[in-house]
Amino acid sequence: MTDQTSSEYKELAWQGLWKNNPGLVQLLGLCPLLAVTSTVTNALGLGLATLLVLVSSNATVSFIRLWVPKEIRIPIFVLIIAAFVTCVQLLMNAFTYGLYQSLGIFLPLIVTNCVIIGRAEAYASKNPIKQASFDGLMMGTGFMLVLLILGVIRELLGQGTLFDGADLLLGDWAASLRIEVFHFDSKFLLAILPPGAFFAMGFIIAAKNAIDSKIAARKPKVENKTIERVRVNFDAQ
Amino acid sequence: MAFFIASSPHEHNRSKTSALMRLVIMATIPGIFAQWYFFGWGNLIHIGIAITCALITEFIVLSLRNKPLNKYLLDGSAILTAILLGISIPALAPWWITVIGSIFAILVVKQLYGGLGHNAFNPAMAAYVLLLVSFPVQMTNWQPPLSLLPIDLDFNNALSTIFTGFTLEGYSVEQLRTHIDGFTMATPLDTLKTNLTLGLTLDEIHRAMPMVFGENFALGWEWVNAGFLLGGVFLLIKRAIHWSIPVSFLGSMLIFSFIAYSFNPDLNPPTMFHWLAGGTMLGAFFILTDPVTCATSVKGRLIFGALAGFLVILIRNIGGYPDAIAFSVLLCNMAAPLIDQYTIPRAYGQGTSKNTEELK
Repeated sequence: MTDQTSSEYKELAWQGLWKNNPGLVQLLGLCPLLAVTSTVTNALGLGLATLLVLVSSNATVSFIRLWVPKEIRIPIFVLIIAAFVTCVQLLMNAFTYGLYQSLGIFLPLIVTNCVIIGRAEAYASKNPIKQASFDGLMMGTGFMLVLLILGVIRELLGQGTLFDGADLLLGDWAASLRIEVFHFDSKFLLAILPPGAFFAMGFIIAAKNAIDSKIAARKPKVENKTIERVRVNFDAQ
Repeated sequence: MAFFIASSPHEHNRSKTSALMRLVIMATIPGIFAQWYFFGWGNLIHIGIAITCALITEFIVLSLRNKPLNKYLLDGSAILTAILLGISIPALAPWWITVIGSIFAILVVKQLYGGLGHNAFNPAMAAYVLLLVSFPVQMTNWQPPLSLLPIDLDFNNALSTIFTGFTLEGYSVEQLRTHIDGFTMATPLDTLKTNLTLGLTLDEIHRAMPMVFGENFALGWEWVNAGFLLGGVFLLIKRAIHWSIPVSFLGSMLIFSFIAYSFNPDLNPPTMFHWLAGGTMLGAFFILTDPVTCATSVKGRLIFGALAGFLVILIRNIGGYPDAIAFSVLLCNMAAPLIDQYTIPRAYGQGTSKNTEELK
Protein backbone atom coordinates (compact mmCIF):
# COMPACT_ATOMS: atom_id res chain seq x y z
CA MET A 1 0.00 0.00 0.00
CA THR A 2 2.70 2.48 0.98
CA ASP A 3 4.64 1.45 -2.05
CA GLN A 4 1.74 2.31 -4.25
CA THR A 5 1.23 5.75 -2.70
CA SER A 6 4.90 6.62 -2.87
CA SER A 7 4.97 5.70 -6.54
CA GLU A 8 1.87 7.81 -7.03
CA TYR A 9 3.60 10.83 -5.47
CA LYS A 10 6.68 10.13 -7.57
CA GLU A 11 4.52 10.11 -10.66
CA LEU A 12 2.87 13.41 -9.62
CA ALA A 13 6.27 15.03 -9.10
CA TRP A 14 7.59 13.72 -12.42
CA GLN A 15 4.49 14.98 -14.22
CA GLY A 16 4.57 18.43 -12.61
CA LEU A 17 8.29 19.10 -12.81
CA TRP A 18 9.18 17.64 -16.17
CA LYS A 19 6.90 15.48 -18.27
CA ASN A 20 3.78 17.61 -18.13
CA ASN A 21 5.37 20.87 -17.01
CA PRO A 22 2.71 23.62 -17.14
CA GLY A 23 5.10 26.14 -18.70
CA LEU A 24 7.04 24.02 -21.16
CA VAL A 25 4.62 21.30 -22.22
CA GLN A 26 1.07 22.45 -21.47
CA LEU A 27 2.07 26.03 -22.41
CA LEU A 28 -0.44 27.38 -19.91
CA GLY A 29 -0.25 30.76 -18.24
CA LEU A 30 1.98 32.12 -20.99
CA CYS A 31 0.85 35.70 -20.43
CA PRO A 32 2.48 36.18 -17.00
CA LEU A 33 5.25 33.76 -18.02
CA LEU A 34 6.34 36.02 -20.85
CA ALA A 35 5.41 39.39 -19.43
CA VAL A 36 6.99 39.53 -16.00
CA THR A 37 10.14 37.45 -16.38
CA SER A 38 12.37 40.38 -17.29
CA THR A 39 14.26 39.95 -14.00
CA VAL A 40 14.85 37.02 -11.66
CA THR A 41 13.20 38.87 -8.78
CA ASN A 42 9.96 39.47 -10.67
CA ALA A 43 9.94 35.87 -11.85
CA LEU A 44 10.49 34.55 -8.33
CA GLY A 45 7.80 36.83 -6.90
CA LEU A 46 5.17 35.79 -9.41
CA GLY A 47 6.25 32.14 -9.22
CA LEU A 48 5.85 32.09 -5.43
CA ALA A 49 2.46 33.81 -5.62
CA THR A 50 1.23 31.32 -8.23
CA LEU A 51 2.60 28.39 -6.22
CA LEU A 52 0.82 29.55 -3.09
CA VAL A 53 -2.50 30.06 -4.87
CA LEU A 54 -2.18 26.74 -6.69
CA VAL A 55 -1.54 24.70 -3.55
CA SER A 56 -4.30 26.32 -1.51
CA SER A 57 -6.89 26.29 -4.29
CA ASN A 58 -6.13 22.65 -5.08
CA ALA A 59 -6.51 21.72 -1.43
CA THR A 60 -9.78 23.64 -1.06
CA VAL A 61 -11.28 22.34 -4.30
CA SER A 62 -10.40 18.80 -3.29
CA PHE A 63 -11.84 19.37 0.20
CA ILE A 64 -15.26 20.47 -1.07
CA ARG A 65 -15.34 18.20 -4.10
CA LEU A 66 -18.12 16.01 -2.74
CA TRP A 67 -20.52 18.90 -2.11
CA VAL A 68 -20.03 20.87 -5.32
CA PRO A 69 -22.82 20.37 -7.87
CA LYS A 70 -21.32 19.37 -11.18
CA GLU A 71 -23.22 22.01 -13.19
CA ILE A 72 -21.81 25.04 -11.41
CA ARG A 73 -18.36 23.74 -10.46
CA ILE A 74 -16.39 26.16 -12.67
CA PRO A 75 -17.81 29.38 -11.11
CA ILE A 76 -17.15 27.91 -7.67
CA PHE A 77 -13.54 27.06 -8.57
CA VAL A 78 -13.00 30.56 -9.93
CA LEU A 79 -14.48 32.04 -6.78
CA ILE A 80 -12.12 30.00 -4.62
CA ILE A 81 -9.10 30.92 -6.75
CA ALA A 82 -10.07 34.60 -6.75
CA ALA A 83 -10.34 34.56 -2.95
CA PHE A 84 -6.80 33.15 -2.61
CA VAL A 85 -5.41 35.56 -5.20
CA THR A 86 -6.93 38.45 -3.28
CA CYS A 87 -5.25 37.17 -0.10
CA VAL A 88 -1.88 36.91 -1.85
CA GLN A 89 -2.31 40.31 -3.43
CA LEU A 90 -3.13 41.98 -0.10
CA LEU A 91 -0.20 40.20 1.55
CA MET A 92 2.20 41.36 -1.13
CA ASN A 93 0.80 44.85 -0.98
CA ALA A 94 1.50 44.88 2.74
CA PHE A 95 4.93 43.24 2.90
CA THR A 96 6.62 43.57 -0.50
CA TYR A 97 5.23 46.83 -1.81
CA GLY A 98 7.99 47.44 -4.38
CA LEU A 99 7.50 44.04 -5.98
CA TYR A 100 3.73 44.50 -5.81
CA GLN A 101 4.14 47.61 -7.90
CA SER A 102 6.51 46.09 -10.42
CA LEU A 103 4.29 43.03 -10.96
CA GLY A 104 1.33 45.35 -11.49
CA ILE A 105 -1.70 43.85 -13.22
CA PHE A 106 -0.15 40.39 -13.49
CA LEU A 107 -0.69 39.70 -9.81
CA PRO A 108 -4.53 39.93 -9.90
CA LEU A 109 -4.38 38.20 -13.29
CA ILE A 110 -3.27 34.99 -11.57
CA VAL A 111 -7.03 34.36 -11.24
CA THR A 112 -7.21 33.77 -14.96
CA ASN A 113 -4.05 31.65 -15.09
CA CYS A 114 -5.10 28.48 -16.86
CA VAL A 115 -2.67 26.33 -14.89
CA ILE A 116 -4.67 26.86 -11.71
CA ILE A 117 -8.18 26.33 -13.06
CA GLY A 118 -6.83 23.47 -15.16
CA ARG A 119 -5.39 21.61 -12.17
CA ALA A 120 -8.55 22.29 -10.13
CA GLU A 121 -10.74 20.84 -12.85
CA ALA A 122 -8.50 18.01 -14.05
CA TYR A 123 -7.00 16.74 -10.83
CA ALA A 124 -8.11 18.34 -7.57
CA SER A 125 -11.83 17.89 -8.12
CA LYS A 126 -11.37 14.11 -8.44
CA ASN A 127 -8.69 13.27 -5.87
CA PRO A 128 -8.23 13.40 -2.08
CA ILE A 129 -6.73 16.45 -0.37
CA LYS A 130 -3.23 15.05 0.17
CA GLN A 131 -2.59 14.14 -3.43
CA ALA A 132 -4.31 17.28 -4.70
CA SER A 133 -2.13 19.57 -2.58
CA PHE A 134 0.98 17.67 -3.61
CA ASP A 135 -0.04 17.97 -7.24
CA GLY A 136 -0.49 21.73 -6.76
CA LEU A 137 2.93 21.95 -5.13
CA MET A 138 4.64 20.10 -7.96
CA MET A 139 2.83 21.92 -10.78
CA GLY A 140 3.51 25.25 -9.07
CA THR A 141 7.17 24.40 -8.59
CA GLY A 142 7.47 23.35 -12.22
CA PHE A 143 5.91 26.62 -13.33
CA MET A 144 8.14 28.62 -10.98
CA LEU A 145 11.27 26.87 -12.26
CA VAL A 146 10.42 27.80 -15.84
CA LEU A 147 9.78 31.39 -14.74
CA LEU A 148 13.14 31.42 -12.95
CA ILE A 149 15.08 30.03 -15.93
CA LEU A 150 13.48 32.60 -18.22
CA GLY A 151 14.20 35.33 -15.70
CA VAL A 152 17.86 34.33 -15.43
CA ILE A 153 18.32 34.25 -19.22
CA ARG A 154 16.56 37.54 -19.84
CA GLU A 155 18.17 39.42 -16.97
CA LEU A 156 21.63 38.16 -17.93
CA LEU A 157 21.21 39.11 -21.58
CA GLY A 158 19.35 42.32 -20.94
CA GLN A 159 21.22 43.89 -18.04
CA GLY A 160 24.12 41.59 -17.31
CA THR A 161 23.01 41.19 -13.67
CA LEU A 162 21.33 38.60 -11.49
CA PHE A 163 18.91 39.18 -8.58
CA ASP A 164 18.68 42.88 -9.33
CA GLY A 165 16.15 44.32 -6.88
CA ALA A 166 15.93 41.16 -4.77
CA ASP A 167 15.49 43.38 -1.71
CA LEU A 168 11.98 44.21 -3.00
CA LEU A 169 10.98 40.60 -2.40
CA LEU A 170 13.19 39.31 0.39
CA GLY A 171 13.88 42.32 2.56
CA ASP A 172 16.84 44.68 2.89
CA TRP A 173 19.47 42.00 3.49
CA ALA A 174 18.88 40.68 -0.04
CA ALA A 175 20.27 43.82 -1.65
CA SER A 176 23.68 42.18 -1.33
CA LEU A 177 22.50 39.27 -3.50
CA ARG A 178 22.76 41.41 -6.61
CA ILE A 179 25.50 40.05 -8.86
CA GLU A 180 26.84 42.00 -11.78
CA VAL A 181 27.97 39.24 -14.13
CA PHE A 182 29.17 41.54 -16.87
CA HIS A 183 28.75 45.14 -17.77
CA PHE A 184 27.69 46.64 -21.09
CA ASP A 185 27.49 50.22 -22.16
CA SER A 186 24.24 49.55 -23.96
CA LYS A 187 21.52 47.20 -22.80
CA PHE A 188 20.34 44.43 -25.10
CA LEU A 189 16.79 45.76 -25.04
CA LEU A 190 15.25 42.88 -26.95
CA ALA A 191 15.89 40.47 -24.07
CA ILE A 192 13.92 42.71 -21.74
CA LEU A 193 11.09 43.34 -24.22
CA PRO A 194 8.36 40.69 -24.79
CA PRO A 195 9.81 39.36 -28.10
CA GLY A 196 12.93 38.34 -26.20
CA ALA A 197 10.73 36.29 -23.88
CA PHE A 198 9.27 34.44 -26.85
CA PHE A 199 12.74 33.72 -28.26
CA ALA A 200 14.09 32.51 -24.90
CA MET A 201 10.96 30.40 -24.31
CA GLY A 202 11.35 28.81 -27.74
CA PHE A 203 14.95 27.92 -27.04
CA ILE A 204 14.06 26.43 -23.62
CA ILE A 205 11.30 24.27 -25.12
CA ALA A 206 13.69 23.15 -27.86
CA ALA A 207 16.28 22.23 -25.23
CA LYS A 208 13.68 20.20 -23.31
CA ASN A 209 12.64 18.35 -26.44
CA ALA A 210 16.28 17.68 -27.30
CA ILE A 211 16.90 16.22 -23.83
CA ASP A 212 13.74 14.11 -24.10
CA SER A 213 14.71 12.67 -27.46
CA LYS A 214 18.24 11.98 -26.21
CA ILE A 215 16.81 10.07 -23.23
CA ALA A 216 14.46 8.19 -25.52
CA ALA A 217 17.34 7.29 -27.82
CA ARG A 218 19.41 5.98 -24.94
CA LYS A 219 16.68 3.69 -23.61
CA PRO A 220 16.86 0.16 -24.93
CA LYS A 221 14.13 -0.33 -27.45
CA VAL A 222 11.39 -2.69 -26.42
CA GLU A 223 11.01 -4.97 -29.32
CA ASN A 224 7.73 -6.66 -29.91
CA LYS A 225 8.32 -10.33 -30.11
CA THR A 226 6.90 -11.66 -33.28
CA ILE A 227 6.74 -15.18 -34.31
CA GLU A 228 8.99 -15.61 -37.22
CA ARG A 229 7.90 -17.99 -39.81
CA VAL A 230 10.13 -19.39 -42.39
CA ARG A 231 8.67 -18.60 -45.72
CA VAL A 232 9.45 -21.03 -48.32
CA ASN A 233 9.13 -19.81 -51.79
CA PHE A 234 9.72 -22.50 -54.25
CA ASP A 235 9.62 -20.23 -57.24
CA ALA A 236 12.54 -18.12 -56.19
CA GLN A 237 15.84 -19.47 -57.27
CA MET B 1 12.48 2.22 -81.23
CA ALA B 2 12.25 3.06 -77.57
CA PHE B 3 10.67 6.23 -76.26
CA PHE B 4 12.03 7.65 -73.09
CA ILE B 5 9.09 8.87 -71.08
CA ALA B 6 9.86 11.38 -68.33
CA SER B 7 7.39 12.95 -66.00
CA SER B 8 6.74 16.71 -66.07
CA PRO B 9 8.11 19.36 -65.88
CA HIS B 10 9.47 18.99 -69.38
CA GLU B 11 10.98 22.41 -69.69
CA HIS B 12 13.70 23.65 -67.36
CA ASN B 13 14.93 27.19 -67.19
CA ARG B 14 18.36 25.98 -66.08
CA SER B 15 18.75 28.69 -63.48
CA LYS B 16 20.37 27.81 -60.22
CA THR B 17 20.00 29.56 -56.89
CA SER B 18 23.64 30.57 -56.97
CA ALA B 19 23.32 32.19 -60.43
CA LEU B 20 20.33 34.24 -59.31
CA MET B 21 22.07 35.27 -56.10
CA ARG B 22 25.18 36.28 -58.03
CA LEU B 23 23.08 38.46 -60.29
CA VAL B 24 21.36 40.17 -57.35
CA ILE B 25 24.70 40.70 -55.61
CA MET B 26 26.07 42.30 -58.78
CA ALA B 27 23.03 44.55 -58.97
CA THR B 28 23.74 46.01 -55.54
CA ILE B 29 27.07 47.42 -56.77
CA PRO B 30 25.82 50.84 -58.03
CA GLY B 31 24.00 51.51 -54.75
CA ILE B 32 26.97 50.41 -52.66
CA PHE B 33 29.22 52.60 -54.80
CA ALA B 34 26.97 55.60 -54.10
CA GLN B 35 27.05 54.76 -50.39
CA TRP B 36 30.84 54.58 -50.50
CA TYR B 37 30.99 57.92 -52.35
CA PHE B 38 28.74 59.77 -49.90
CA PHE B 39 29.30 57.96 -46.60
CA GLY B 40 32.80 56.57 -46.84
CA TRP B 41 34.19 53.11 -46.18
CA GLY B 42 31.94 52.30 -43.22
CA ASN B 43 29.32 50.25 -45.06
CA LEU B 44 31.93 48.27 -47.00
CA ILE B 45 33.62 47.34 -43.72
CA HIS B 46 30.26 46.33 -42.25
CA ILE B 47 29.47 44.25 -45.34
CA GLY B 48 32.82 42.49 -44.89
CA ILE B 49 32.15 41.74 -41.23
CA ALA B 50 28.62 40.57 -42.02
CA ILE B 51 29.73 38.20 -44.80
CA THR B 52 32.39 36.66 -42.56
CA CYS B 53 30.00 36.11 -39.66
CA ALA B 54 27.16 34.89 -41.86
CA LEU B 55 29.35 32.31 -43.59
CA ILE B 56 30.83 31.06 -40.31
CA THR B 57 27.35 30.74 -38.76
CA GLU B 58 26.00 29.04 -41.87
CA PHE B 59 28.94 26.62 -41.84
CA ILE B 60 28.42 25.70 -38.18
CA VAL B 61 24.65 25.23 -38.50
CA LEU B 62 24.91 23.25 -41.73
CA SER B 63 27.47 20.90 -40.21
CA LEU B 64 25.24 20.46 -37.15
CA ARG B 65 22.30 19.63 -39.41
CA ASN B 66 24.39 17.24 -41.53
CA LYS B 67 23.59 19.09 -44.74
CA PRO B 68 25.85 19.01 -47.83
CA LEU B 69 28.18 21.95 -47.22
CA ASN B 70 29.24 23.00 -50.70
CA LYS B 71 25.69 22.94 -52.02
CA TYR B 72 24.22 25.25 -49.40
CA LEU B 73 27.17 27.25 -48.10
CA LEU B 74 28.21 28.64 -51.46
CA ASP B 75 24.77 29.19 -52.98
CA GLY B 76 25.20 32.90 -52.26
CA SER B 77 22.06 33.34 -50.20
CA ALA B 78 23.95 33.89 -46.95
CA ILE B 79 26.28 36.33 -48.69
CA LEU B 80 23.33 38.25 -50.12
CA THR B 81 21.66 38.43 -46.70
CA ALA B 82 24.92 39.71 -45.22
CA ILE B 83 25.32 42.33 -47.95
CA LEU B 84 21.76 43.61 -47.49
CA LEU B 85 22.29 43.80 -43.74
CA GLY B 86 25.65 45.57 -44.14
CA ILE B 87 24.04 48.12 -46.47
CA SER B 88 21.29 48.93 -43.95
CA ILE B 89 23.47 49.30 -40.88
CA PRO B 90 24.69 52.87 -40.13
CA ALA B 91 28.14 53.35 -41.62
CA LEU B 92 29.92 54.06 -38.33
CA ALA B 93 27.99 51.70 -36.05
CA PRO B 94 30.18 49.56 -33.76
CA TRP B 95 31.36 46.19 -35.12
CA TRP B 96 29.41 44.02 -32.68
CA ILE B 97 26.11 45.36 -34.09
CA THR B 98 26.86 43.63 -37.39
CA VAL B 99 28.10 40.49 -35.69
CA ILE B 100 24.92 40.10 -33.62
CA GLY B 101 22.75 40.98 -36.60
CA SER B 102 24.27 38.55 -39.08
CA ILE B 103 24.38 35.68 -36.59
CA PHE B 104 20.71 36.28 -35.75
CA ALA B 105 19.75 36.53 -39.43
CA ILE B 106 21.36 33.22 -40.37
CA LEU B 107 20.89 31.20 -37.19
CA VAL B 108 17.41 32.15 -36.03
CA VAL B 109 15.58 33.69 -38.97
CA LYS B 110 16.92 31.40 -41.70
CA GLN B 111 18.23 28.08 -40.35
CA LEU B 112 15.90 27.52 -37.39
CA TYR B 113 12.98 27.78 -39.79
CA GLY B 114 14.58 25.12 -42.00
CA GLY B 115 17.04 26.96 -44.23
CA LEU B 116 16.68 28.75 -47.54
CA GLY B 117 13.17 28.39 -48.96
CA HIS B 118 11.55 27.80 -45.59
CA ASN B 119 12.13 31.11 -43.85
CA ALA B 120 8.94 33.06 -43.19
CA PHE B 121 10.73 36.39 -42.85
CA ASN B 122 13.40 38.16 -44.82
CA PRO B 123 16.53 37.38 -42.74
CA ALA B 124 18.29 40.70 -43.36
CA MET B 125 15.27 42.78 -42.42
CA ALA B 126 14.37 40.67 -39.39
CA ALA B 127 17.93 41.12 -38.15
CA TYR B 128 17.73 44.85 -38.88
CA VAL B 129 14.54 45.13 -36.81
CA LEU B 130 16.11 43.13 -33.98
CA LEU B 131 19.04 45.56 -33.94
CA LEU B 132 16.87 48.65 -34.25
CA VAL B 133 14.62 47.56 -31.39
CA SER B 134 17.52 46.43 -29.18
CA PHE B 135 20.10 49.15 -29.81
CA PRO B 136 18.20 52.29 -30.84
CA VAL B 137 21.13 54.60 -30.08
CA GLN B 138 23.72 52.81 -32.23
CA MET B 139 21.25 52.06 -35.00
CA THR B 140 20.15 55.65 -35.54
CA ASN B 141 23.53 57.40 -35.59
CA TRP B 142 23.98 57.65 -39.34
CA GLN B 143 26.65 60.21 -39.95
CA PRO B 144 25.87 62.98 -42.49
CA PRO B 145 27.45 62.73 -45.96
CA LEU B 146 31.22 63.18 -46.15
CA SER B 147 30.94 66.69 -47.59
CA LEU B 148 29.41 67.91 -44.32
CA LEU B 149 31.94 66.22 -42.03
CA PRO B 150 34.52 68.33 -40.21
CA ILE B 151 37.29 65.77 -40.84
CA ASP B 152 38.43 63.60 -43.69
CA LEU B 153 36.92 60.18 -43.04
CA ASP B 154 39.26 57.83 -44.89
CA PHE B 155 39.45 54.04 -44.67
CA ASN B 156 41.63 53.94 -41.56
CA ASN B 157 39.43 56.44 -39.76
CA ALA B 158 36.28 54.50 -40.58
CA LEU B 159 37.91 51.23 -39.49
CA SER B 160 39.06 52.74 -36.22
CA THR B 161 35.63 54.27 -35.54
CA ILE B 162 33.85 50.99 -36.13
CA PHE B 163 36.20 49.00 -33.89
CA THR B 164 36.99 51.50 -31.13
CA GLY B 165 34.27 54.13 -31.35
CA PHE B 166 36.74 56.92 -32.11
CA THR B 167 38.57 58.14 -35.20
CA LEU B 168 42.38 58.14 -35.21
CA GLU B 169 42.30 61.79 -34.11
CA GLY B 170 39.99 60.91 -31.24
CA TYR B 171 36.64 62.19 -32.53
CA SER B 172 33.60 60.21 -31.44
CA VAL B 173 30.66 59.53 -33.76
CA GLU B 174 28.63 62.10 -31.87
CA GLN B 175 31.27 64.76 -32.56
CA LEU B 176 31.38 63.80 -36.21
CA ARG B 177 27.65 64.34 -36.45
CA THR B 178 27.75 67.76 -34.82
CA HIS B 179 27.38 70.60 -37.26
CA ILE B 180 29.56 73.68 -37.06
CA ASP B 181 26.53 75.50 -35.62
CA GLY B 182 26.36 73.02 -32.76
CA PHE B 183 23.38 70.83 -33.60
CA THR B 184 23.46 67.13 -34.38
CA MET B 185 22.95 66.17 -38.01
CA ALA B 186 20.97 63.03 -38.78
CA THR B 187 19.51 61.42 -41.88
CA PRO B 188 16.89 63.51 -43.67
CA LEU B 189 14.09 61.18 -42.54
CA ASP B 190 15.30 61.29 -38.94
CA THR B 191 15.67 65.07 -38.99
CA LEU B 192 12.18 65.38 -40.34
CA LYS B 193 10.65 63.03 -37.76
CA THR B 194 12.43 64.65 -34.80
CA ASN B 195 11.48 68.17 -35.80
CA LEU B 196 7.92 67.35 -36.77
CA THR B 197 7.39 65.98 -33.27
CA LEU B 198 8.74 69.29 -31.96
CA GLY B 199 5.93 71.05 -33.80
CA LEU B 200 7.81 72.52 -36.78
CA THR B 201 6.43 72.43 -40.31
CA LEU B 202 8.29 71.01 -43.30
CA ASP B 203 9.09 74.47 -44.59
CA GLU B 204 10.55 75.58 -41.27
CA ILE B 205 12.68 72.45 -41.04
CA HIS B 206 14.05 72.98 -44.54
CA ARG B 207 14.92 76.56 -43.68
CA ALA B 208 16.50 75.66 -40.33
CA MET B 209 18.73 72.85 -41.65
CA PRO B 210 19.14 73.24 -45.39
CA MET B 211 22.43 71.32 -45.38
CA VAL B 212 20.81 68.01 -44.34
CA PHE B 213 18.44 68.05 -47.28
CA GLY B 214 20.84 69.48 -49.86
CA GLU B 215 19.71 71.15 -53.05
CA ASN B 216 17.31 68.49 -54.23
CA PHE B 217 15.53 66.09 -51.91
CA ALA B 218 17.89 64.38 -49.50
CA LEU B 219 21.62 65.04 -49.78
CA GLY B 220 23.53 61.85 -50.56
CA TRP B 221 20.54 59.58 -50.04
CA GLU B 222 18.97 60.51 -53.36
CA TRP B 223 22.06 59.16 -55.14
CA VAL B 224 22.17 56.01 -53.01
CA ASN B 225 18.53 55.40 -53.91
CA ALA B 226 19.24 56.18 -57.57
CA GLY B 227 22.03 53.59 -57.44
CA PHE B 228 19.72 50.91 -56.12
CA LEU B 229 17.11 51.94 -58.69
CA LEU B 230 19.71 51.41 -61.41
CA GLY B 231 20.56 47.98 -59.99
CA GLY B 232 16.86 47.19 -59.78
CA VAL B 233 16.29 48.10 -63.41
CA PHE B 234 19.23 45.83 -64.31
CA LEU B 235 17.52 42.98 -62.43
CA LEU B 236 14.25 43.68 -64.24
CA ILE B 237 15.98 43.60 -67.62
CA LYS B 238 17.74 40.36 -66.69
CA ARG B 239 14.33 39.02 -65.55
CA ALA B 240 15.75 38.10 -62.16
CA ILE B 241 12.78 39.77 -60.45
CA HIS B 242 9.22 40.35 -61.56
CA TRP B 243 8.03 43.89 -62.23
CA SER B 244 4.89 43.51 -60.13
CA ILE B 245 6.24 44.16 -56.65
CA PRO B 246 8.44 47.23 -57.34
CA VAL B 247 5.75 48.82 -59.50
CA SER B 248 2.92 48.29 -57.06
CA PHE B 249 5.13 49.25 -54.08
CA LEU B 250 6.32 52.53 -55.60
CA GLY B 251 2.88 53.19 -57.08
CA SER B 252 1.13 52.75 -53.77
CA MET B 253 3.74 54.98 -52.10
CA LEU B 254 2.94 57.58 -54.77
CA ILE B 255 -0.80 57.36 -54.20
CA PHE B 256 -0.73 57.39 -50.41
CA SER B 257 1.96 60.04 -50.06
CA PHE B 258 0.01 62.17 -52.54
CA ILE B 259 -3.13 61.77 -50.42
CA ALA B 260 -1.22 62.72 -47.28
CA TYR B 261 0.56 65.60 -49.00
CA SER B 262 -2.60 67.09 -50.43
CA PHE B 263 -4.29 66.63 -47.07
CA ASN B 264 -1.60 68.55 -45.18
CA PRO B 265 1.54 69.68 -47.07
CA ASP B 266 3.02 71.23 -43.93
CA LEU B 267 3.46 67.91 -42.12
CA ASN B 268 3.68 65.27 -44.87
CA PRO B 269 6.69 65.26 -47.21
CA PRO B 270 6.10 64.93 -50.97
CA THR B 271 6.41 61.71 -52.96
CA MET B 272 9.85 62.36 -54.40
CA PHE B 273 11.26 62.70 -50.91
CA HIS B 274 9.65 59.41 -49.89
CA TRP B 275 11.02 57.69 -52.98
CA LEU B 276 14.55 59.01 -52.64
CA ALA B 277 15.13 59.04 -48.87
CA GLY B 278 15.94 56.15 -46.59
CA GLY B 279 15.88 52.62 -47.95
CA THR B 280 12.97 52.91 -50.39
CA MET B 281 14.67 51.66 -53.56
CA LEU B 282 16.66 48.99 -51.73
CA GLY B 283 13.38 47.73 -50.29
CA ALA B 284 11.47 47.94 -53.57
CA PHE B 285 13.93 46.02 -55.75
CA PHE B 286 16.08 43.91 -53.43
CA ILE B 287 14.13 43.10 -50.28
CA LEU B 288 10.41 42.92 -51.06
CA THR B 289 11.18 40.87 -54.17
CA ASP B 290 12.82 38.06 -52.16
CA PRO B 291 11.12 35.06 -53.82
CA VAL B 292 10.94 33.06 -50.58
CA THR B 293 9.05 35.55 -48.45
CA CYS B 294 6.83 37.40 -50.93
CA ALA B 295 3.49 36.36 -52.38
CA THR B 296 3.60 34.00 -55.35
CA SER B 297 1.03 34.96 -58.00
CA VAL B 298 1.17 38.23 -59.94
CA LYS B 299 -2.12 39.40 -58.44
CA GLY B 300 -0.88 38.47 -54.99
CA ARG B 301 2.38 40.33 -55.58
CA LEU B 302 0.53 43.47 -56.65
CA ILE B 303 -1.43 43.37 -53.38
CA PHE B 304 1.74 42.55 -51.43
CA GLY B 305 3.64 45.54 -52.86
CA ALA B 306 0.71 47.91 -52.42
CA LEU B 307 0.30 46.88 -48.79
CA ALA B 308 4.01 47.45 -48.18
CA GLY B 309 3.87 50.91 -49.76
CA PHE B 310 0.85 51.85 -47.68
CA LEU B 311 2.55 50.70 -44.47
CA VAL B 312 5.76 52.62 -45.28
CA ILE B 313 3.87 55.88 -45.78
CA LEU B 314 1.74 55.22 -42.71
CA ILE B 315 4.70 54.53 -40.40
CA ARG B 316 6.91 57.29 -41.83
CA ASN B 317 4.17 59.92 -41.53
CA ILE B 318 2.40 58.86 -38.35
CA GLY B 319 4.52 56.21 -36.58
CA GLY B 320 7.35 56.71 -34.15
CA TYR B 321 10.27 55.50 -36.27
CA PRO B 322 11.82 57.63 -39.02
CA ASP B 323 12.11 54.88 -41.63
CA ALA B 324 9.75 51.99 -42.10
CA ILE B 325 11.03 49.69 -44.85
CA ALA B 326 12.10 46.91 -42.48
CA PHE B 327 8.92 47.01 -40.40
CA SER B 328 6.60 47.00 -43.38
CA VAL B 329 8.60 44.21 -45.04
CA LEU B 330 8.18 42.02 -41.95
CA LEU B 331 4.46 42.83 -41.67
CA CYS B 332 3.96 41.98 -45.34
CA ASN B 333 5.96 38.74 -44.94
CA MET B 334 3.43 37.79 -42.28
CA ALA B 335 0.56 38.68 -44.61
CA ALA B 336 1.99 36.83 -47.62
CA PRO B 337 0.48 33.38 -46.89
CA LEU B 338 -2.96 34.94 -46.43
CA ILE B 339 -2.62 36.94 -49.66
CA ASP B 340 -1.59 33.73 -51.41
CA GLN B 341 -4.63 31.94 -50.11
CA TYR B 342 -7.00 34.51 -51.58
CA THR B 343 -5.23 34.92 -54.91
CA ILE B 344 -4.81 31.35 -56.09
CA PRO B 345 -4.82 31.57 -59.88
CA ARG B 346 -7.59 29.59 -61.58
CA ALA B 347 -6.28 26.40 -63.07
CA TYR B 348 -7.34 25.71 -66.65
CA GLY B 349 -10.48 23.64 -66.72
CA GLN B 350 -11.42 24.49 -63.17
CA GLY B 351 -14.21 26.94 -62.62
CA THR B 352 -14.01 29.85 -60.25
CA SER B 353 -14.75 28.80 -56.71
CA LYS B 354 -18.32 30.07 -57.14
CA ASN B 355 -18.85 28.02 -60.27
CA THR B 356 -17.45 24.92 -58.64
CA GLU B 357 -19.95 25.30 -55.85
CA GLU B 358 -22.77 25.46 -58.37
CA LEU B 359 -21.48 22.45 -60.26
CA LYS B 360 -21.58 20.40 -57.13
